[in-house]
Amino acid sequence: MSGESATRITPGNALRPEDIAEQVAAGTKVSEDVAEYALRLGDDALILAQRLSWWISRAPEIEEDIALGNVALDLLGHARSFLTYAGSAWGKSEDDLAYWRQESEFRSCFLVEQPNGDFGKTIARQLVFSIYQHELYSRLVDSADETLAAIAAKSLKEVDYHRDHAIQWTLRLGDGTEESHRRMQEGLNSVWPYVHELFVDDELIERLPGVAVRPSELRAPFDALLAQVLGEATLEVPDVQPAMTGNRGTRHSEHLGYLLAEMQVVAREHPGATW
Amino acid sequence: MSTNTAVRPAEAPAAKAWDIAATICDPEIPVLTIEDLGILRAVAVVPGEYDAAGTPAVEVTITPTYSGCPAMDTIRDDIVAALGRHGYADVRVKLVLAPAWTTDWMTGEGKAKLEQYGIAPPTGLAGVRTGPVRLGLSVKCPRCNSLNTREITRFGSTSCKALYQCNDCKEPFDYFKVL
Repeated sequence: MSGESATRITPGNALRPEDIAEQVAAGTKVSEDVAEYALRLGDDALILAQRLSWWISRAPEIEEDIALGNVALDLLGHARSFLTYAGSAWGKSEDDLAYWRQESEFRSCFLVEQPNGDFGKTIARQLVFSIYQHELYSRLVDSADETLAAIAAKSLKEVDYHRDHAIQWTLRLGDGTEESHRRMQEGLNSVWPYVHELFVDDELIERLPGVAVRPSELRAPFDALLAQVLGEATLEVPDVQPAMTGNRGTRHSEHLGYLLAEMQVVAREHPGATW
Repeated sequence: MSTNTAVRPAEAPAAKAWDIAATICDPEIPVLTIEDLGILRAVAVVPGEYDAAGTPAVEVTITPTYSGCPAMDTIRDDIVAALGRHGYADVRVKLVLAPAWTTDWMTGEGKAKLEQYGIAPPTGLAGVRTGPVRLGLSVKCPRCNSLNTREITRFGSTSCKALYQCNDCKEPFDYFKVL
């Protein structure tokens, strides 16, 4: 790893215009494609963070309130880094991107948009997403883009804890009581239609060899670990057809609009406010 | 284990600024300085740039412990304020993500202070977590020194801590987890 990151983020604030100017002067030019790719990574983390933070004060036990809140906070941190980097291509701050984009401008996948459901469904979504994200970041650390590599290296250590958290709960619920087993299996079945979308290669990926991770490469290691965990948890790998998804385009699940309304309302009600 | 340990600069003007920045404590763990934690990465004098009073401009580099750590905002403000009190009007705080922070950078003195404060310091090195077999060392109770302890929840009061309980003295305590 290089001794110094190319990323210059002012803590607590959006990347300042002078930071961007400095980056551009130093030769860091974020191309439209790299920015678009960073936007996908950031949006997945942001939307899942927003979903998970709902559990604070509502989880089955106080330790889980804290655990899911911590996972959400980590994901929000990843989102801030990715969105700040993406926004520098367009002169936009992380807040501009989080609060002032319309639904069709988000690039999140359908999986992270899915409602929390019961605890079993949330853990199922966490299991699937954290295994995927772990495989993704493990490869992104070797990206030719230094900033993406640095964010991935930082985030990977945290995702390692998220994945372990999801696996431990999957084992406990799957191999627990009849009721916990039933709910965990139902949770898996209900998120499964949105798993396929995570592993689709598209034109943007083709245009970024060495920079972006090819999603299709992640499928085999994802399936292997998942099968091992589900086997141990006495759960079945769901046999459910993939759903129609947005494939990182302008179309989203019917749930995203409601999520954005809640996430963006304060910023839009009080433009320019800081807190 | 990472060898990327931050080094206090050798030349006098930067070293002086380092010593001031190194007094800043983590807002959540007030017994530890950002130097003890390994958050303070570098302090440099910006060549040829001075404030109105002729004091050199300084650049302080810090790195977050966790991506979402909200303490970074306070730490940045505290650095600017502390250096300001010593006459540095032009202070630039830079946040870097690489190399990624690890508990391996925590100083021995920092670990001792942490334990005294009632938080069990990280046991073992971050590298150990990534091998084929995850070998966890026992976490020692900071109150009675017993190694007979158990994890209650891996995610605790802040991102960097887990909650443990001592099976002997029965006291719950925070553990600064290995990252």
